Amino acid sequence: MKKLITLGLTAAMVASLVGCGSGSGGNTATEAEGTTTAAQGSASGDSGADNSGAAGGTFKIGVIGPLTGPAASYGIAVQNGADLAVKEINAAGGVNGIMLESNAQDDEHDPQKSVNAYNTLKDWGAQVIVGSTTSDPCIAVAAETSNDNMFQITPSGSAVECVAPENVFRVCFADPDQGTASAVYIGENKLATKIAVIYDSSTTYSSGIREAFVKEAASQGLEIVADEAFTADNATDFSVQLDKAKEAGAELVFLPIYYQEASVILKQAKDKSFAPIFFGCDGMDGILTVKNFDTSLAEGLMLLTPFSTTEDSSKAFTEAYVAAYGIEPNQFAADSYDAVYAIKAAIEKSGIAADADYSAVCEAFKTAMTQISIDGLTGAGMTWNAAGEPDKAPKAVKIVNGVYEMQ
Amino acid sequence: MSFLSYLISGISLGSIYAIIALGYTMVYGIARMLNFAHGDIIMVGGFAIFTMVSTLGMAPLVGIVTAVAVCTLLGVTIEFVAYRPLRGASSLAVLITAIGVSYLLQNLALLIFGSNARQFTSVVMVPGLALAGGRLTISGETIVTIIVCVVIMVSLTAFINKTRIGQAMLAVSEDRGAATLMGINVNKTIAITFAIGSALAAIAGALLCSTYPSLTPYTGSMPGIKAFVAAVFGGIGSIPGALLGGIILGVVENLSKAYISSQLSDAIVFSLLIVILLVRPTGILGKKINEKV
Repeated sequence: MKKLITLGLTAAMVASLVGCGSGSGGNTATEAEGTTTAAQGSASGDSGADNSGAAGGTFKIGVIGPLTGPAASYGIAVQNGADLAVKEINAAGGVNGIMLESNAQDDEHDPQKSVNAYNTLKDWGAQVIVGSTTSDPCIAVAAETSNDNMFQITPSGSAVECVAPENVFRVCFADPDQGTASAVYIGENKLATKIAVIYDSSTTYSSGIREAFVKEAASQGLEIVADEAFTADNATDFSVQLDKAKEAGAELVFLPIYYQEASVILKQAKDKSFAPIFFGCDGMDGILTVKNFDTSLAEGLMLLTPFSTTEDSSKAFTEAYVAAYGIEPNQFAADSYDAVYAIKAAIEKSGIAADADYSAVCEAFKTAMTQISIDGLTGAGMTWNAAGEPDKAPKAVKIVNGVYEMQ
Repeated sequence: MSFLSYLISGISLGSIYAIIALGYTMVYGIARMLNFAHGDIIMVGGFAIFTMVSTLGMAPLVGIVTAVAVCTLLGVTIEFVAYRPLRGASSLAVLITAIGVSYLLQNLALLIFGSNARQFTSVVMVPGLALAGGRLTISGETIVTIIVCVVIMVSLTAFINKTRIGQAMLAVSEDRGAATLMGINVNKTIAITFAIGSALAAIAGALLCSTYPSLTPYTGSMPGIKAFVAAVFGGIGSIPGALLGGIILGVVENLSKAYISSQLSDAIVFSLLIVILLVRPTGILGKKINEKV
């Protein structure tokens, strides 16, 4: 029996080794393919130099995000958004004749796997990184890119530490900025004065927003009547938190959390006939995509999000996205789409060559990023400061009749 | 009044833990193994109902019956493929296999259904109760869960004590070797145990998803672990213990959320578990088994 198990284990190990082998084999194949395209590109460039002078090589963008696992909807959106932007830019003739190529790697929303994904992309020849999609993996990858001097722009890593190294920029707002912006929005629009907060104390995202919100609420004259937490391990039952908010007479419940938990909170609040204004941040985006979701539960829900499919400026993108992937884009898709366009603008600004090594790209982009301004899906006239933070106006939407309505 | 309301939501949460714990304790009591895949069988049950009711538009009852059938089949298959070959192996090997099966089920569901959350339409048609002029509400799901828990507890106890198969299960749990000598087919008995445990998982899945309507491939894993704690709390292997442990766990969790701190509720629950295990290592209703030398 024991022998059998040993045999089985050995077989499993051998199989996994073979797996690794074929995995890297696959990568070499892609790499080879990549080089072929580049070679072909330059070959055709040589032959066709007289007519356009285009085909200045290929610029490689590595994308990292959770393509499987519980956060997969974010990572897949980031992958799709980046792919769509790359296709559009290439179809329009590239950037100064340079073609873009993207390659997305899965990190399953795990910091360790995210670093592995980064290493895979580095081997592939990535010159910049769009990622990681989620905060904790992004922090881990930022430490590596900082060592390597690889330029990194995260579409949606919103924790403060994500952009701590000077080579890392982001498209989305930082957590504290979202918290502050929410408090200012609620205060200025006089939505309510008695506020309850229900947040997830086990994620940096949620606790970061909540901290800044509570701080800013005081100066906006808002009273926090209930400040309740939950953790990833008890994210099914929110009745106590809702009861406490209800008892305290909260007029508005601030939910700096992800939409999956929020959908349960909305259902339980309805069961308790508790109907305050619910107000969320960008993590709430996607609540209407929950399959079989009773959208009447979300009626009147407000959220601060940088992107809405109903805006005029996002119509073309939304149509192209739906045509390509069959679902409505969310802000993660918009963030990564903007990230690729920011890279395009940075290539144009710095005039970097397609075959520059990643360290040279990084040095050039660090300056270029602070000089560019793009009209993105997530904000018009977006600019960046040297700390890597974007400057754009937050937008609030309200769910009316099951669709986002700009406020 | 608010205390009563916290207590009711605690009982509601606890009854969900209890119904999952019943399946855990049943399998452990007879087969002496921790089936860590139990929570994921619950998830499969949830998806079976979702597919039948929300996708194919069948009646909720048809959905539940299908889920029971699917889960029973799945449980027996898992037992046959993954656990039976390890009958003679150390309990650690079986435990690791169970964890493996748990991940396998999660990832299969991820592959088939994707990671996006689904809103589960409640299969419970019983209206809720509003007491004290609407200040206290007990949802229909809670009422049904508690009733179902008690019914399952009573009928399981009766089944084990009164029927021949039940007696065979008891014999297998006490001494496998002696049971074989007495002409009991151990493999068949354990397979039946898994069939019943998995059928209970399907029912637990229906109630879990009706009460907390977000369905993902990971839906079963955390409640499964909490229910395991509840089973240990009440005395693993003891059927009334599972019910008691579940309810206590739910009530303690919610009251500590309400009166101490919503951040610390899990820490408090697990500290209580440690204290109980220090004072009564076999859990509240667990029996002490004397090892014969």
